[in-house]
Amino acid sequence: MNFLKKTYVAVILIIMYAPIALLMVFSFNNSKLPIWSGFTLDWYTKMFHDTGIQQAFMYTLIVALVSAIISTIIGTFAAMGINRMRGWQKNAVMNITYIPLLSPDIVIGISLMMLFSVIKLPFGLPTLIVSHITFSIPYVILSVMPKLKQMNYNLYEAALDLGATPWYAFKKVIFPEIMPGVIAGAFIAFTLSIDDFVVSFFNKGAGVDTLPIKIYSMARKGVNPTINAISTIMFTTIIVILLVTNLKANKKVRQAEFKQ
Amino acid sequence: MRENKLQKDYIIDLKNISKTFDDAEVLKDINMYIRRNEFLTLLGPSGCGKTTLLRIIGGFEEASNGQVFFEGKDIASLPPYKRKINTVFQKYALFPHMNVEENIAFGLQIKKLEKSLIKKKVKEMLELVNLKGFEKRSVDSLSGGQQQRIAIARALVNEPEVLLLDEPLGALDLKLRKGMQLELKRIQQKIGITFIYVTHDQEEALTMSDTIAVMNEGKVQQIGTPVDIYNEPKNAFIADFIGESNILPGTMIKDYLVCFHQTDFECVDAGFGENAPIDVVVRPEDIQIVDKEKGMLKGKVESVTFKGVHYEMLITTGEYTWTVHSTAMSQVGQVVGMVITPADIHIMKRR
Repeated sequence: MNFLKKTYVAVILIIMYAPIALLMVFSFNNSKLPIWSGFTLDWYTKMFHDTGIQQAFMYTLIVALVSAIISTIIGTFAAMGINRMRGWQKNAVMNITYIPLLSPDIVIGISLMMLFSVIKLPFGLPTLIVSHITFSIPYVILSVMPKLKQMNYNLYEAALDLGATPWYAFKKVIFPEIMPGVIAGAFIAFTLSIDDFVVSFFNKGAGVDTLPIKIYSMARKGVNPTINAISTIMFTTIIVILLVTNLKANKKVRQAEFKQ
Repeated sequence: MRENKLQKDYIIDLKNISKTFDDAEVLKDINMYIRRNEFLTLLGPSGCGKTTLLRIIGGFEEASNGQVFFEGKDIASLPPYKRKINTVFQKYALFPHMNVEENIAFGLQIKKLEKSLIKKKVKEMLELVNLKGFEKRSVDSLSGGQQQRIAIARALVNEPEVLLLDEPLGALDLKLRKGMQLELKRIQQKIGITFIYVTHDQEEALTMSDTIAVMNEGKVQQIGTPVDIYNEPKNAFIADFIGESNILPGTMIKDYLVCFHQTDFECVDAGFGENAPIDVVVRPEDIQIVDKEKGMLKGKVESVTFKGVHYEMLITTGEYTWTVHSTAMSQVGQVVGMVITPADIHIMKRR
């Protein structure tokens, strides 16, 4: 029985991670063909010398950072507004928030493209950033909302009562309370932006490629282990971020438990 | 007696306050004033509008109609942070990410006081609420009673003219609550400011207040001292809400003579007119049990319950079942006499 349990878990893990492991292994392969023929760092050197990749990396980072920051600000304030609504109005707004979350990326991508064409906004970095902000906002709202609901609304009133202006009360009382939700929302927005292909594909300008788009265009030209190298680096970066945040969160939980 | 006081004595004056929430009328034309340095309690069952009235005074809610005067000035449009009023909230509402000192210093820091002065004031406040040396403690390491004291200190350190308290003892256990009642009264007398206290607990109101305003269904039913309210309730609702009561319909035959339970009784009330329909209130502890021959009324003991200090007995006369409190126990089934002295018969206008 115990043996079965263990193999079951092992099989799941293999299915999940074998492709990624394979990709990592072949990023060090001394051949263009998927047959192991010795260790090399050539693909990594190539990657670091490819100006196209470097540029795509920079664009990806800029778009992810800017869109994450702006969508987090908009989403947080939107969540606070929605939280104070009552009855059908609240339900209506929450449902409108869910729609972009559920609708396919392709629909969001094409509809934004049409919008930008109609209002004659030239495609480029700004359109890319605006489109990423658009699809990130609902995720920020949904991650901040539970924290706001948990918060005792009297805290805000108590701050006002003690002489705080609404803005001061937000800075000193509300924000520290909902911060975990805000940070989680920012992280989701950041990773969604790095990850996105479909929406970016329709809303980027000529020459403004993000990494996923760059990889896609490289892959169309044939097998290229540089892609493996880029993917390996992206994957490890995300894993490191995840580990660091999780470890920090765990530490906090343990501290809180210790206090009690 | 309240009416004779000079206008300048009022710190808060409420004029024609009404409040509607989505078609529900929560407050109906409230007119009352609150004197400087008094301990006033808004007492009523849940849903009577007492908390809403408190929130209107604090500035967290806007009245649909009417005005709030603070020291003679209309403050209806003033946000809470500009009012010389502080609040102790029902669930304490201490800031969880700050320690005790930072919580109490919150208001002082906004006023940009000097650091050393803030430290000194925080220390004084902690002494006032008997929590000396708690500065660096985290808020969630405190018990409910201690959190309550910190909430009071945090409000009082700003030296408000009026302190609003919204059922602050509701979450504490009975023994702690009794201790805090006396403590609150002591603090109020020591610093000499106005306290407006909201509760549904009539005993709490009677213990602490200088003045009680009994509320029901969005209206102030009666304002007066605890003794007035207890002894001379204006209507059956108040009589029933403040302590236990025997309430019977009756007729005021003439001044100082009332008829209820088909018996004529002497009483001390006058001015209701002749043959006027009224309600009579008799407190359970004001009925004396005597031998059946000596009683004004005769009844059979239905049940006896031990309540600690006294026995609670239900005595039926056939027409009415009386609740009687007595330190002497009668046997169930025994027929006893009951005596009510004129001063213990309270007459109320029929509603």
